[in-house]
Amino acid sequence: MTATLKPRKRLRLSTVMDHIVLTLGALFMLVPMLMVLQLSTVPDAEIIQRGPSLHIGDQLDDNFVKAMFEASGFSGKNTGVSMLMNSFILGIGFAVGKIILGMMAAYAIVYFRLRFATLAFWAIFTTLLLPLEVRILPSYEIVQSLGMLNTYQGLIIPLIASATATFFFRQFFMSVPEELVEAARIDGAGPVKFFIDILVPLSRTMIAAMFIIMFVYGWNQYLWPTMITTEEDMYTLVRGIKQIIQVFEGTNLPEYGRGNLLALIAVIPPVLIVVFFQSWFVKGLTESDK
Amino acid sequence: MAVVHFDAVQKVYPNGFEAVKPASFYIEDGEFVVLVGPSGCGKSTMLRMIAGLEEISNGVLQIGDRVVNDIDPADRDIAMVFQNYALYPHMSVRNNIGYGLKNRAVPRDVIAAKVDEAAKMLNLSDYLDRKPSQLSGGQRQRVAMGRAIVRDPALFLFDEPLSNLDAKLRNQMRIEIKALQRRLGVTSVYVTHDQVEAMTMADRIIVMNGGVIEQIGTPSEIYQSPASTFVASFMGAPPMNLLEVTRADTGLRLADQILPLDLPDTGAELILGIRPEDIIPDPNGPFSIMVDIVEELGAHRLLHGRLGDQSVTVHVPKDYTVAEGVLRFAMPIEVLSFFDAASGQRVSR
Repeated sequence: MTATLKPRKRLRLSTVMDHIVLTLGALFMLVPMLMVLQLSTVPDAEIIQRGPSLHIGDQLDDNFVKAMFEASGFSGKNTGVSMLMNSFILGIGFAVGKIILGMMAAYAIVYFRLRFATLAFWAIFTTLLLPLEVRILPSYEIVQSLGMLNTYQGLIIPLIASATATFFFRQFFMSVPEELVEAARIDGAGPVKFFIDILVPLSRTMIAAMFIIMFVYGWNQYLWPTMITTEEDMYTLVRGIKQIIQVFEGTNLPEYGRGNLLALIAVIPPVLIVVFFQSWFVKGLTESDK
Repeated sequence: MAVVHFDAVQKVYPNGFEAVKPASFYIEDGEFVVLVGPSGCGKSTMLRMIAGLEEISNGVLQIGDRVVNDIDPADRDIAMVFQNYALYPHMSVRNNIGYGLKNRAVPRDVIAAKVDEAAKMLNLSDYLDRKPSQLSGGQRQRVAMGRAIVRDPALFLFDEPLSNLDAKLRNQMRIEIKALQRRLGVTSVYVTHDQVEAMTMADRIIVMNGGVIEQIGTPSEIYQSPASTFVASFMGAPPMNLLEVTRADTGLRLADQILPLDLPDTGAELILGIRPEDIIPDPNGPFSIMVDIVEELGAHRLLHGRLGDQSVTVHVPKDYTVAEGVLRFAMPIEVLSFFDAASGQRVSR
């Protein structure tokens, strides 16, 4: 072996392996998306005939207009735009509601000498074992008798009681130094002021993290919106897509292209939320020290 | 400005632990009082009872002419400086200092003026828009002080405020705090476990041990006539030498020598206390110690050795040359302290 004068970065096996695994993972995630994109550019008939291919068609604009602005139902109100809107309201309401409720519950549990605080906490915690699907009938019954079917309240409120958020905020609040609480007490901050002036700003990284998780969770809700919304103008994207593909009218083909494109559009907001809040998340982590 | 009056104030925790045994004392207006003692002695609990962060189990606490037992910390007209500064990490220095005033609905321009004044006093003017994380330890400590000053309270409370600073900064801040307190004339209670801080800063020291007040006095009283063996060994570095003595017909026997002293014979065993610097090396002195170790401290030397089978420390000036081995010395009788060996309490002569 002759020694080369130029120091060359040696390719190590582990680096190569890392890249192979990551590349495969990325392809595994991305290829279906690209397939959907391709399928939304070709006429619906071609999808039936040929299935996925490498042929890029000219139907993208058409499908986009149909997906966003054309109603698929009878009432003519469930356009892509209105469904996108409804999904946003559900996602944001869901996330914000869970965060507010979770923070306040955790605040009560951690900072107030409640009689059965620990018991209450574990009671909340065990509801993790009872997801919506288990209690869907009683929940529906209650929402129905409160007259909240086909309303945003009915869509959001039954979902926002969250053990997850309560648990994370509880852990976070317990790590806030006791001295800070005492300093605020001496500075004349009452319970409400302490919560708003000190705890909420301190929790902003936690809030960002929770928001990412909960928004995506709420955005992807399918079962509950299907139960609660029967009016077409209340449809959310996730259930609306299903409906577009389901409709067989006589000899008409389902509008695959339109459905596919709408599915792609439905992916974009959660991705944007994650990207946006991630930068914020990192900033918060590096700036504050406790 | 206020006086603080403790009347049999006691703290018992729900589990039955008595953190502070009933304590009665009086803090004068404008006085700087230091509570000192080892960890777990109840000094912090005492301070937190004054602050209102800890409930008072029994007794009456008065600040000024108000009984404050049931008054909220915010309404006691006190300000507190915490060990870890307890600055609000998300607020700028300006907001940190002004937060207490803002909560008391002080007009905005008054807050701004007071914050600027406090910042000037503490050399923080250039840092008002920074976050606490962008400040050094000493600066954070100053912000915590600023937060206390702007409130113009009747009473300052300090909970080991310097224990997180390095030695050099600590000396500097010690002087700054003392000077500031002098200038503002606010009654202050300062908790520390560092006896040097206690000696240098206090007008009066309260020495605590195991929830009991061992002694209250000026630094020189505490140093020169400690009320118990605990105070004698806790205050002063190196601590007072405590030597067992036995009674003899003509006085007290220490090692082979008789000290010609006439103490009232109560039949109790006695302990003799002498400060290391009160032991005078003297070639013709009656006592001799075996010096094992010479500690060189620059300004002076410490000799550690044995007198009979008891260990002794001697403090000698730097120009006094010593070697390990036998050292003869004398003890001026008038500087000696005596304690009851059983109770540890001082025996008057």
